Amino acid sequence: MKAFAALIDRLIYTRSRNSKLALIVDYLRHTPDPDRGWALAALTEALDFPAVKAGTVRALLATRVDEELFRLSRHFVGDTAETAALLWPEKPLPFRGRVGVEAAGLEQGGGPPPAATKERNSQVSPPSSEGKGGLSVSDAVAALSATTRSDAPAVLTGLLDRLDADGRYALLKMALGGMRVGVSARLAKQAFAQAFDVGIDDVEELWHAIPPPYEALFAWGEGRVARPDLADVAFFRPFMLAHPLEGESIDLADYAAEWKWDGIRVQIAHGGGETRIYSRGGEEISAAFPELVAAFDQDAVIDGELLVRGEVQGGEAASFNALQQRLGRKTVTKKILADFPAFVRVYDLLAVDGEDLRGLPWTGRRRQLEAFVPRLAASHFDLSPLIEAGDFAELAALRAGARDAAIEGVMLKRRDAPYVAGRRAGLWYKWKRDPLTADCVMMYAQRGNGRRASFYSDYTFGCWSEAGELLPVGKAYSGFTDDELKWLDKFVRTNTVDRFGPVREVEKTLVLEVAFDSIHASKRHKSGLAMRFPRISRIRRDKPAEEADRIATLQAMVT
Amino acid sequence: MRVLPKPWLEPYPHGLYVKPADLWIDPSRPVERAAVTHGHADHARSGHTSVFATPETLAIMALRYGVDVAARENRAFAYGDGFERGGVRFSFHPAGHVLGSAQILMEYAGERIVVTGDYKRRADPTCARFEVVPCDIFITEATFGLPVFRHPPTHDEIAKLIAAVRAEPDRSVLVGAYALGKAQRVIAELRGAGWNAPVFIHGALERMCALYAEHGVDLGPLRLVSEAEKNEMAGQIVLAPPSALNDRWSRRLPNPVTAMASGWMRVRQRARQRMVELPLVISDHADWDELTTTIEEVNPKESWITHGSEDGLLRWCELHQRKARALHLVGRDMEEEA
Repeated sequence: MKAFAALIDRLIYTRSRNSKLALIVDYLRHTPDPDRGWALAALTEALDFPAVKAGTVRALLATRVDEELFRLSRHFVGDTAETAALLWPEKPLPFRGRVGVEAAGLEQGGGPPPAATKERNSQVSPPSSEGKGGLSVSDAVAALSATTRSDAPAVLTGLLDRLDADGRYALLKMALGGMRVGVSARLAKQAFAQAFDVGIDDVEELWHAIPPPYEALFAWGEGRVARPDLADVAFFRPFMLAHPLEGESIDLADYAAEWKWDGIRVQIAHGGGETRIYSRGGEEISAAFPELVAAFDQDAVIDGELLVRGEVQGGEAASFNALQQRLGRKTVTKKILADFPAFVRVYDLLAVDGEDLRGLPWTGRRRQLEAFVPRLAASHFDLSPLIEAGDFAELAALRAGARDAAIEGVMLKRRDAPYVAGRRAGLWYKWKRDPLTADCVMMYAQRGNGRRASFYSDYTFGCWSEAGELLPVGKAYSGFTDDELKWLDKFVRTNTVDRFGPVREVEKTLVLEVAFDSIHASKRHKSGLAMRFPRISRIRRDKPAEEADRIATLQAMVT
Repeated sequence: MRVLPKPWLEPYPHGLYVKPADLWIDPSRPVERAAVTHGHADHARSGHTSVFATPETLAIMALRYGVDVAARENRAFAYGDGFERGGVRFSFHPAGHVLGSAQILMEYAGERIVVTGDYKRRADPTCARFEVVPCDIFITEATFGLPVFRHPPTHDEIAKLIAAVRAEPDRSVLVGAYALGKAQRVIAELRGAGWNAPVFIHGALERMCALYAEHGVDLGPLRLVSEAEKNEMAGQIVLAPPSALNDRWSRRLPNPVTAMASGWMRVRQRARQRMVELPLVISDHADWDELTTTIEEVNPKESWITHGSEDGLLRWCELHQRKARALHLVGRDMEEEA
């Protein structure tokens, strides 16, 4: 638990992706099975202990700590798991009976209590074993899995008593979920690939086929066994990705054109009698879309866009805004299912009836796809149509004229290309609709993270209401060059009119041209608007703030 | 369990007034006569006509406010010494908080009252160790008056700092540390742990470090960041006041790891909010165990709690059947120097 607790602790304070990666790689290389597998599962929120809830922990604390002191502490700390980890009474307390007794000083005299001897957060590699009498991650997982609701308090007590504050924090976060250390499934897989020098595509495929603690995966990674066989498993196939089209000349004889839908890319895999839905990052999201899992009853693997059917759109695919209501849920209510019905617009077929089609050219897969889609329930699955265009100019005109809220642009797919993982030059292109732009006025600025910690790099900007008031319409922290960032930082510092904690309010004089993919109605902002993917496209030093856009102009762009 | 203030010592939001002596303790506004526990700005204000304090505290006040404001009718007292005024006997006793910090003991009409100012119990190479002074009324701080605050052993935190510097020899580790007390203590602890390289400091720390050295606290070689080349500071430790951590000033350092030395670093969310990458739980204030143990050892008839998380410490007193009350003094700065 010590090495795992140290890892969690370091991840919390590490903001750069590469540094997080390095920490996990180091941990995976130096930690034995099955601890490292359980740790990986805990980091990616793949563990669930139904018998242990936040209420269990609160009730348990009440038996050890005065309720009022717990309440005051919880209020200050803001997180039940951390409060409990810090509050849990240690035996013996580091201070009791020692004050003022030894002239040499508390920290030098005698032997410090056990909790004090461990190397806290050492920057060297974590130790590879827990040593005698230590509690391992797998001990903890075993104990938590075996517990029932009624004996959970006793089990937790036993575990907490064997750990120090950092260990207790790691244990409670593992038990309750909500680790929030910024480790996605994708990052974890990359760390695995890097740690054992294996292909990320292989890791992605195997990941969901092997349950925690992934011992078979580690055995393969370390070259101790051959690649596990995935027959009869609904495993994830790494997505084929597209490059943005940047002025390349495209011959439609070589490329097929399809609409690019503004939903989320999903893969639905069926195998061994089970259906799973994976997101683009390779995370399983089946639980959020039970109706799709139930409706997909064919032995096949499809690639498509998950969309929500919007009433407002006359039954057509709704905007991304509507889809957001369905994302990130662990369970769904009947009302959500009824109000935001999901469906998948299918554009590729990776496997069918036990046969892997990924080696076929796109034309071959498309033919099979068109034959396959009628086998699925029309209520939840339809075929993404091809765009019939005589030549590239005609396609450009069709793209410019597309009005559908769910259309984000055009996809171009090489007709003779197999389905290959990742982003390969010349095979698939995405050609987004030109972004919308608006001239906005900078209102507030905040400092960034990591390399940008000393720069004001996050800007809130607004447009004019009818009453002549500036109302915030969005926030952006990209789109500018390093030189522009230096200039913007200086502008913020020399034009600050007020400060609210980390936020600076600036003189409302600077016009920023903001580009965004779409704009939607939103109750979150006073302006009633929310932009999708806003970024700073130009700094309009030439334009007076009074001439920036009005809210009404932006409202006309709402989809 | 509210108790009435003793008639000879009256608590006001801006300080404690010792009536028979016509003297204030740590007043937050200018007064005729002030006894001052230590040099932090929320206890030692400028503008008093005469100040009674330890020589070190007077030196710190003179440095911060200039000789003019701080020097008129001041009187310095070594630990154990004191004076009498209006029938009240005042004496100064080590508080272990920063250089020169003192508890003030007052004896009047057979009753003893101790004001701790800020204090800590553990060893600190830059100041005298806290002494338990028995009394009837114990007026204590409570900055960390919640049981979540248990400071780990200082040498573990210093080891963490040194390990972080060694782990990334291309970067410097920038430690945010309050200019009076914390900065010098971190440096002295580093020396104790065998870190002999020059420590680079922000200009705002220079004069206070020199003052400590003049008072016999050996800080070893120090260098100003403003006079160093960027590449010289790779693999080195740099100290700056917390406000400079993420400011433009830090751009002159080689890709710094941001660290912060404070008792607040015990709470992860607090550390994250401050964009700290390396939290160091090093505090000049008593943690929960020190606060409660000290009340037990001093064993007063009543405890008055001046500032911090007084609710937590009050609750502890209630649970342990000890008379206590909160004083709600204003203007105490809990954030920066803890």
